[in-house]
Amino acid sequence: MKINTIYYVLYGGIVILALIAPWLLPAYRTQLAFLWIMVVFALTWDTVGGQMGYNSFGNIVFFGIGMYVTAVVQRNIHYDIEEYVHVAGRVESLTPGEYLTGLFLGMGAGAIIAVAIAAILGACILAMGMRGQYFGICTLGLGVAAGELANGWEYIGAGSGLVTPVFPDGLGHRGVFFYYIFFITAVILFLILKWLYQGRFGLAINAIRDDEDKAEAMGIHTTRYKIVAWCLSAFFLSLAGGGAGHLIGFIDPTEVAFAGATFGVWMILMAILGGKGTLWGPVIGAVIFHITQEVTWTYLFGWQRVAMGALIVAIVVFFPMGIMGWMRERWPERFGHRVEEAQAFSTSKGGG
Amino acid sequence: MILFAAPIFSLQLLIDGILIGAIFALAAYGMALVWGVMKIINFSQGEFVILGGFILFTLFKAGVNPFVGIPLAAIALYFVGLILYHIVIVRIVEQDLFISILATFGMAILLQQLMNQIFGADVQTVNPGLDTWFLFNNAITVLQIKVVSFFIAIILGGCLAAFLKKTRLGQAIRATAQDTRAARILGVDTNKVYATTFALNAAICGAAGALVVMTWVIQPFAGLAYTVRSFMIVIVAGLGNVAGVIFAGLGLGAVENFAGFILGAEFQTAFIFSLLVIILVGRNFKLRLRRKYLK
Repeated sequence: MKINTIYYVLYGGIVILALIAPWLLPAYRTQLAFLWIMVVFALTWDTVGGQMGYNSFGNIVFFGIGMYVTAVVQRNIHYDIEEYVHVAGRVESLTPGEYLTGLFLGMGAGAIIAVAIAAILGACILAMGMRGQYFGICTLGLGVAAGELANGWEYIGAGSGLVTPVFPDGLGHRGVFFYYIFFITAVILFLILKWLYQGRFGLAINAIRDDEDKAEAMGIHTTRYKIVAWCLSAFFLSLAGGGAGHLIGFIDPTEVAFAGATFGVWMILMAILGGKGTLWGPVIGAVIFHITQEVTWTYLFGWQRVAMGALIVAIVVFFPMGIMGWMRERWPERFGHRVEEAQAFSTSKGGG
Repeated sequence: MILFAAPIFSLQLLIDGILIGAIFALAAYGMALVWGVMKIINFSQGEFVILGGFILFTLFKAGVNPFVGIPLAAIALYFVGLILYHIVIVRIVEQDLFISILATFGMAILLQQLMNQIFGADVQTVNPGLDTWFLFNNAITVLQIKVVSFFIAIILGGCLAAFLKKTRLGQAIRATAQDTRAARILGVDTNKVYATTFALNAAICGAAGALVVMTWVIQPFAGLAYTVRSFMIVIVAGLGNVAGVIFAGLGLGAVENFAGFILGAEFQTAFIFSLLVIILVGRNFKLRLRRKYLK
């Protein structure tokens, strides 16, 4: 009972803090909006990578698809394509109503297309029983191939990218608007995952992670669960992508939309840093990672990406269990584990 | 299409592809070695190749003959591999595959960005100053350096195979690949074997990169494509199949050259990575057909 009260206070505190954050730190509204994108990244990666054990290197595909579809829908319903492409977005700006219709229609279309693509890819890859390192490398190939294809496709601007319409004046501050969009997306995602992980779905995907053949033999429809989990993460990634494209204002095929070298790696890193296979781990990892990155980024003078590589190696090699995993090892009783003397040795060797 | 209208042109593409394919096969051989012995898929393979190329490029700028530079690049990469083994790989060698993929992936990003900082993002090449052969009334041109590098790649691969076959250390490496635990019980120092294997792989990649910079171009961010090529070759050939690696490598070189011509240069990278997906899906489909059900 008492634990519950603490949790409610904690949840309430986080929500209130999150709601007023754009006014507490008005100078960092865009960065704060990105914080929630990072949370979505880490949580969606963790659903497939951490909870289900399918370590994907290519979830960025769905982010990019959502981003492009949203921008293309926005462009196509309001503008003449030829004219828009040639003047690179410098046509008359939209009214708030038009902008919102285009944005939400686009995000909806993006989500539908991303889920459809996830289902098709799932039928080709997951349903065929591709696993382990092969799955990881296959998804890596998908991510890079998608970026390169977008890079050569004239309709969506090819290598010179796509400019999203100018944010209209009537909607307040751009950062604040998107801050709340991403905040709501992240909160809904968190609540859905919390509900799913507590039920049969969570048990099933954990069973797939632990031993897929055994799970199948026990009568779990592993293929169905795998595809549903992947589609779920595709859905939310595409929503985040749709908003992110409009927040950034310019969509570059390989640096923004299908940015495997930045976002694609960060999502894995954040989930591992926080502790993969836990609900709160990815959230904590995303917050810590994003804040550290924003604070230190500008002081590294071009060496950020070198530091990023070193950080990946360091985290993976020295801290693979993540913050939540470490806490679980440190204070097992807080997580509802009863450690018995005889067991303690074997669990402490397993790394959480 | 020009390919059918002028069969001689197809022959040109085929020759170029096969000559470059030998370098792919060499890098793939190294990857297969590490994969077989240490059960690690080395994602920084391509970065080793590119680093080898940059080392040769630097030596060439300093006035060293490029053919003398090949062994120097290999030796330099041997030590890079040894250092990376002792810092990173030694800690992940017997952990699960995901950790090793991600750690080597991190190494790849680290090396790639370091090269970007040190050598700049420009495309670089080394001109070894060899001639060009003109065959069939000038219908086919063959750069001599491509032929030379083809044979160097084959010879290096052969030397490595002989090393694994004949020497004591090579036998220890093969024993470790077959059964690590048994090898350890029988007195093989598996740590030393791992270190040597990883460093040897890096050295091979360094030599391959030195050949790449002479026959083609290098660029700090081109590494991932070489990793993926090596991986595809190993997958298609099967682990431990040396002849398969050679043929798959030459075949990949030819296929890639044709695809680059048909699809255009801007889709060449997209083609490599799509081919990876197709090969993996196809491989899985094949395995699925072989799976037996009780009904």
